[in-house]
Amino acid sequence: MKVILRNPRREIEIEGRRRVHALLVELGLPRESHLVIRNGTLVPGDEELDKDDVIEIRPVISGGF
Amino acid sequence: MKCRTCRGPAIIELPRHNANFCAEHFLQMCRRQVEKAIHDHDMIQKTDRVLVAVSGGKDSLAVWDMLVELGYQADGLYIALGIGEYSEESREYTERFASERNLKLTVVSLRDDYGYDIPTATKVTGRVPCSACGMSKRHLFDKAAVDGGYDVVVTGHNLDDEAAVLFGNALRWDVEYLARQLPVLPSRHGFPKKVKPLIRLTEREMAAWCVIRGIDYIVEECPMAEGNRHIGYKEALNLLEEKSPGTKSSYYLGFLDRMVPVLATIAATGADSVTPCIQCGAPTGGEEGSVCAFCRLVERSAAHEPVSVELIRKKSRSQKRVQAEASKK
Repeated sequence: MKVILRNPRREIEIEGRRRVHALLVELGLPRESHLVIRNGTLVPGDEELDKDDVIEIRPVISGGF
Repeated sequence: MKCRTCRGPAIIELPRHNANFCAEHFLQMCRRQVEKAIHDHDMIQKTDRVLVAVSGGKDSLAVWDMLVELGYQADGLYIALGIGEYSEESREYTERFASERNLKLTVVSLRDDYGYDIPTATKVTGRVPCSACGMSKRHLFDKAAVDGGYDVVVTGHNLDDEAAVLFGNALRWDVEYLARQLPVLPSRHGFPKKVKPLIRLTEREMAAWCVIRGIDYIVEECPMAEGNRHIGYKEALNLLEEKSPGTKSSYYLGFLDRMVPVLATIAATGADSVTPCIQCGAPTGGEEGSVCAFCRLVERSAAHEPVSVELIRKKSRSQKRVQAEASKK
């Protein structure tokens, strides 16, 4: 599957199927600070992602006060 | 994974509520949290004219969206900070959001209206970028609210923001800052009332609100906030949250419930002597006849030739490298 990461924006290719939780763990990205989006829709942690999916993992932490 | 409310397919899990939600009931939960914050802290009346401080980021656009949805009369104010492409892009998101919903948006440009920008002010002051930025924004939001006859200024500070600031203040035991870290600052001495309706919602929830509602916002981080201390505090709190869901809300909301009353006498003894700035008339904590910090910043920064974002970032990165090497020795 194609995974789009942000800050900075980049794309990586992941082989095979994965559950959302497993993918985040594999990439070392905490669930509390990321959302997983497929076709403009949020995907919950137990959803299985298909090898042909294009997904965005969006960080949600912002800084600056 | 099923929605707690309707048992339909869920799109998001919220471990801190030990619940999953579908889109409709997630939005309902968010609205209820905002209504509770507004009600519990007496933030906004239905008849108030509200000015929302918008940055083009998820929190400020989400709070503006929610307030309009809940029936408040809310206009927006965007400040163009001059932080290169980041500022241009965030302005586009803000203007698009307002025009698509037919909302009133006022734009103030630091460069066009005051002759400086944040990179230049950072160079001139020699302090961290967020210092000049925060001070400029506070001054201009206050001014716009007073000049425009608004009853209240709304900011998009969320639970993570407040918990991170609380964590920083507690690490330093900065008792005065702790005493003043309130979700409502009442109108006094010429300053407008300021409120934070998102204190019961996390950043992840606010980003999810925007995705579900189809709100495009600037996802990229402000290039000048890179390595900001508060981001480190948020990451630390999120590690605790992962292990023990609900930590952030019990930490911050518990502070409001149980520590704020203890600190009330300290909050009441805070700076009460305020005089008008002799240049702009804004209230300032200085002595009679003094110039406020904003006017001093404008004077120094506008006299300096414009500085690029890249130059400030390069300097900041090399300072960090020197510090890291020094700490290894």
